Amino acid sequence: MNINLTLIGQMIFFALFVMFCMRFVWPPIINAMKARAEKIADGLEAADRASKDLELAKEKAVSQLHEAKEQAASIIDAANKRANQIVDEAKDQAREEGERLKAAAQAEIEQEMNRAKEQLRGQVAALAIAGAEKVLEASIDENAHKELVEKLAAGL
Amino acid sequence: MAGDTLTVKGYIQHHLTNLTYGKLPAGYERVDYETGEQIVLTEDTWTFAHGGEEAAAMGFNAVHVDSLAWSFGLGLVFCWLFRRVAVKASSGVPAGMVNFFEIIVEFVDQNVKDIFHGRNPLVAPMALTVFVWVFLMNLMDLVPVDVVPELMLLLGVPYQKIVPSTDPNITLGMAVGVFFLMLYYNIKVKGFGFVKELTLTPFKHPVFIPLNLFMEVVGFLAKPFSLGLRLFGNMYAGEMIFILIAALFSGGIGWMLAAGLMQIGWAIFHILVITLQAFIFMVLTIVYLSQAHEDH
Repeated sequence: MNINLTLIGQMIFFALFVMFCMRFVWPPIINAMKARAEKIADGLEAADRASKDLELAKEKAVSQLHEAKEQAASIIDAANKRANQIVDEAKDQAREEGERLKAAAQAEIEQEMNRAKEQLRGQVAALAIAGAEKVLEASIDENAHKELVEKLAAGL
Repeated sequence: MAGDTLTVKGYIQHHLTNLTYGKLPAGYERVDYETGEQIVLTEDTWTFAHGGEEAAAMGFNAVHVDSLAWSFGLGLVFCWLFRRVAVKASSGVPAGMVNFFEIIVEFVDQNVKDIFHGRNPLVAPMALTVFVWVFLMNLMDLVPVDVVPELMLLLGVPYQKIVPSTDPNITLGMAVGVFFLMLYYNIKVKGFGFVKELTLTPFKHPVFIPLNLFMEVVGFLAKPFSLGLRLFGNMYAGEMIFILIAALFSGGIGWMLAAGLMQIGWAIFHILVITLQAFIFMVLTIVYLSQAHEDH
């Protein structure tokens, strides 16, 4: 139980080991641990951010889908309207065309009728003249009486 | 000693004697170890002590070779173990033993952070050194008491105490080291405030300066002594009980069985004690240094 130089020796060893630990042991270990803790924290943060991004992306996708649907609906609406319009226009055109055709037909009919009348008139005149010729035979000057007969025919 | 008839007293004394190398004063009478003759030293002689009496005669000029060698060796073990980890340590995934040592480092770091609030790069490494080194020194207590001394006897070494922390020189050596650091930081951090602390607390009046000074200085000096002696006392007592139980082995087959069980029981209990004492030594070291940094 003697106190002796051992005490001094132990103090020297103590100082040596503490200095060794302070220089070569503690800093590398604690720095590595700190760096790792930071790395893990960064990783967790990145994961958080990624999941938030994912959520945002999902929301965006949903809203885009919604928008697209709306757009599609509006496009279909417009197309329907346009189709109706086209049908209406076609109907109008058809009606107009019909009317035009009818008018043309009527005009033709009238023309035809007139021509027939004219023809008939001419034939009637010729017939009358022939009749009159027959009745009057050569006593009648064809040229002198032609005007007269034509007047008669026009009165038909 | 090898030549003595083995008595319980001799056995215990043998286990409690350090291998001492020191200076015997001129005129000292000793028995020559080999020839058995009585000789008187004509001049101061540096030599190994044969027994406690000679070691005592050497006084302060002696070295406990076994304590210092084991202490130094265990310190090297600490440095080697942790240096290996320090080299391997990276911010990547830790593997194997690195995990275990990082747990120790983290434990020490947490304790330092909880207790010590100043900024000092010395405190944490010192706490780690103290904790692991003292633990390793205490751990030698779990080696069966006879193994190493008997091996050493075969090698011709008369004494061998393998638990450095049962040597007050070792524990007080560390405590005095801590004490010097306390003095240094008290003066460095507080400057004149340290003098004020010693003279004007707890009674803040000039009249009480002598009383304050006396009480504070005693209190200040008591810290390293309680630190060193607490560890020494616990480990010495533990070692003593191991030796006493070991002495029971001479009492016949019944005693041998009982003593075997007792050794195991005490060893298991002692695992707690050695860890706890290492922890206490570390925590008190941090606390004392923390007090040295706290300016009121």
